Amino acid sequence: MSTPRATEVRVYNRPMSTWWWTRRRTYFVFVMRELSSIFVAWFVGFLLAFVYSVGRSEAAYQDFLDWAATPWVVVINVIAAAFLALHVVTWFSLTPQAMDVRIGGQKAPAAAIIASQYVGLAVVSAFVLWLVTR
Amino acid sequence: MSDGLIRAAHDVLIVGGGGAGLRAAIAIAETNPQLDVAVISKVYPMRSHTVSAEGGAAGVIADDDSIDEHIYDTISGSDWLGDQDAIEAFVNEAPRELLQLEHWGCPWSRQPNGHVAVRAFGGMKKKRTWFAADKTGFHMLHSLFQTTLKYREVTRHDEWFVTKLLVDDGRVHGVVAVDLFSGKIQAITAKSVVLCTGGCGKVFPFTTNANINTGDGMSLAYRAGAPLKDMEFVQYHPTGLPFTGILITEATRAEGGWLLNKDGYRYLQDYDLGKPTPTPELRSMELGPRDRLSQAFVHEVEKGRTADSPWGPIVHLDLRHLGADLIDTKLPFVRELCLKYERIDPVHELIPVRPVVHYMMGGVHTDIDGATPLAGLYAAGETACVSINGANRLGSNSLPECLVFGARAGRAAAEFATTAGPVPAAIEAQAADEVRRLERDLLGKDSEGESTSAIRDEMQATMEDAAGIYRTGPAIAKGLDTLRELQERIGKVGIADTSRSFNTELLAALELANMLDIGECMLQSALQREESRGAHQRTDFPDRDDQRFLTHQLVHRNDDGTPRVESLPVTITRWPPGERVYGR
Amino acid sequence: MPSNPGSNPGSNSGSIRLQVTRYRPESDSEPRFQEYDVPLRKEWTVLDGLNHVKNEVDTTLSFRWSCRMGICGSCGMNVNGDPKLTCAAFLDDYAPGPIRVEPLANFPVVRDLVVDINDFMEKLPRVKPWIIRDDDALLDGDGEIDGEYLQTPEELDAYKQFSMCINCMLCYAACPVYGLDPEFMGPAAIALAERYDLDSRDHGARERLDVLIEHEGVWGCTFVGECTRVCPNHVDPAGAIQRYKVKAAKENVMAFLLPRGAR
Repeated sequence: MSTPRATEVRVYNRPMSTWWWTRRRTYFVFVMRELSSIFVAWFVGFLLAFVYSVGRSEAAYQDFLDWAATPWVVVINVIAAAFLALHVVTWFSLTPQAMDVRIGGQKAPAAAIIASQYVGLAVVSAFVLWLVTR
Repeated sequence: MSDGLIRAAHDVLIVGGGGAGLRAAIAIAETNPQLDVAVISKVYPMRSHTVSAEGGAAGVIADDDSIDEHIYDTISGSDWLGDQDAIEAFVNEAPRELLQLEHWGCPWSRQPNGHVAVRAFGGMKKKRTWFAADKTGFHMLHSLFQTTLKYREVTRHDEWFVTKLLVDDGRVHGVVAVDLFSGKIQAITAKSVVLCTGGCGKVFPFTTNANINTGDGMSLAYRAGAPLKDMEFVQYHPTGLPFTGILITEATRAEGGWLLNKDGYRYLQDYDLGKPTPTPELRSMELGPRDRLSQAFVHEVEKGRTADSPWGPIVHLDLRHLGADLIDTKLPFVRELCLKYERIDPVHELIPVRPVVHYMMGGVHTDIDGATPLAGLYAAGETACVSINGANRLGSNSLPECLVFGARAGRAAAEFATTAGPVPAAIEAQAADEVRRLERDLLGKDSEGESTSAIRDEMQATMEDAAGIYRTGPAIAKGLDTLRELQERIGKVGIADTSRSFNTELLAALELANMLDIGECMLQSALQREESRGAHQRTDFPDRDDQRFLTHQLVHRNDDGTPRVESLPVTITRWPPGERVYGR
Repeated sequence: MPSNPGSNPGSNSGSIRLQVTRYRPESDSEPRFQEYDVPLRKEWTVLDGLNHVKNEVDTTLSFRWSCRMGICGSCGMNVNGDPKLTCAAFLDDYAPGPIRVEPLANFPVVRDLVVDINDFMEKLPRVKPWIIRDDDALLDGDGEIDGEYLQTPEELDAYKQFSMCINCMLCYAACPVYGLDPEFMGPAAIALAERYDLDSRDHGARERLDVLIEHEGVWGCTFVGECTRVCPNHVDPAGAIQRYKVKAAKENVMAFLLPRGAR
């Protein structure tokens, strides 16, 4: 228990600027990482629409492909792919902080945890590629 | 009582929130939860200087160790000036206190089997120094501080600077203090007061001590009429970094580090401290006591065998043979400090070091329960002189001293508070006087007066000249004359800062006034001790003189403000005075 | 001799300008900058520069400092926008300057470079940063020593990193979440909760989780990670908070799947 005192002095509260996130590179990357979630959601929607059209009919599938080839969808997808890459890289690099992996009582090195995620990503991607192209 | 003058009323008020103060607070909260206990400190408790202690805390726990051996090491280390009853109590209770801290979460370094690990330390015949790598004081302080948060009955007044003890009819009734935050000056009353304000290294120019170590508690007690004891004994630690004075812990030598002169020679072998061995020998060479090692440095300077640096002569501390693994496990802070402040890596390079003022053996005279001769006033930790350290403290005895005597003083102060009567009305007038003094003499002052930093610089230079590792009568007397001039000048100090909130200029002036008192006490005691013992070495009286000086010296304050020295017998129980033998 | 570094010898290569925040609550409506030129010396930190100003140039400048060796946690300030311990920030790393020295961000300014950290001091006890055990033998008073709680070096290593926090508040100054929402418990307090949770001697994880599972607890954190980057002692509060989130999420799932008695 400490004695209250803040009321005894006119302390100055510095307002936080709306643009605080532009003032440091790390803050900016953080906000971009948060923003990337919107594009993750976009891709989820895009994929669901894709699967839905495949399940409906050949014509619906062709309509989907035509729509996906329109310039504005392509542009959105290029931007979304970039943000997705950012999303992957930033979250993979944060994993060692969130997980305390111990091997034989020793803390696993952060680089090993990050590398194992990329290996996992590569394996899953290869499997999907095999599934699609066989 | 008039509104605004009295801030709060407590049963027990602890001044200082470091190791001793927090231990006292917990002791009171645990032994008598009904009591209203408060800690007042000029800094937040976790900023207290206990935080800087590195090497460890001594307490007998190893199977091959014994209470009697720790007692003997401490007594011989003190050059027989420590009180043997106090040392016995200290050594007996230290292990329990360290275990208590273990139960409170202190992250002591461990052996593979899970038991607490102990390391060697200077002047100790057995390994008995508990450690938390080389941030022992930091971990102890934070464990204590966080544990006090559990006790909601402990009130804290953080960042309040105490300016005066309120005394009426021979009894202490509280303090007057400045709230740094708001600048308000108010009284806080208490039935008993425990001073735990730490040391006073800032009296000197070159010290390991933090900026806050200005001897406030010693000065408060002295002005209130409680005597200071053994103030001539100032410890120079042999290994401080040049320029900053940052401490490089004795644990570096306990782990096997060597002290080398400019020729790469382990010079301690020339000073009756034993013969060099590749691995450390207890109570020998680099593990000798601090006073002897610092004195050896001065002789090396005289022989021209030290290296030069922009900040005067230095020797080298060599840790290179210990290897990166040991240094990173047991001395990581040392490596960090060297990299940061010297831009050298001790794994590959020599560390430049020189002796540096580190610790005050003297302090407020107390009995074995921390009680001063002034009723209701207690003291513990470096502020106090019980005395267990005598003429030279052994490394790693000061942290357990904070715990053992912090707890003892806390319990005694609690006991006193339960029997003490109410605070008398006269106290209010006294408090009002002190508030007026501060407002008129300091805050209402002409800003064109004397400069605090100029007086402080002169005081520090004077103390270094007069009360260094080696001293002479004429130099001490000259220093005393200078300090008296400075006492005159501080009466005319100017405060340019007119703001009330966080007026650190006012704070610095008040601290300087405290330090001048303490400097005078040190020099007066040093002048009158015409012998050489432990950390007090007089070139004009080079030998220990048990006939005349196997006594403590108490410094009382005369009515005119000058110090008066009286002697007090040392308590000898089972260990008659003998020769201090190291390395043979 | 940092109390008066001006009198020291040492390499002097000109001077460097400090732009220092000044604010006097009695007379100023808002903070402003004041400039001081201080000697640029290899050994000098920003703190040495401020002390030079205090001792030689302008005695009215106020700031906190004590140990000057990076362990007491007093002297945190924003240096060129980054939260730093000024005793460990060297002037020549900022040469040729100027160096902007401001009070730690996200805290109310009391005076000049001094901020009000009472908010943290009030939050800290809420996470119960002490050993919690039902069976703790009271050693005080007449209690007998029953020896230490055993703890292997590996068990010590599990929480050691989180025990290194010096409460310097750099992490709070770096945290935009705390800046936007002062109710947020904040990095250091949560890291200290994790320090005790991970201590093999402690049984209080359950009690602490009850506090930290609240909205202003761990869920306030959006994992900016800046707290970890500015920590002078490598405590990694961001890591502590994410690990707490995992614990809290597990707890929520368990609460959903199992009746109370089975947990």
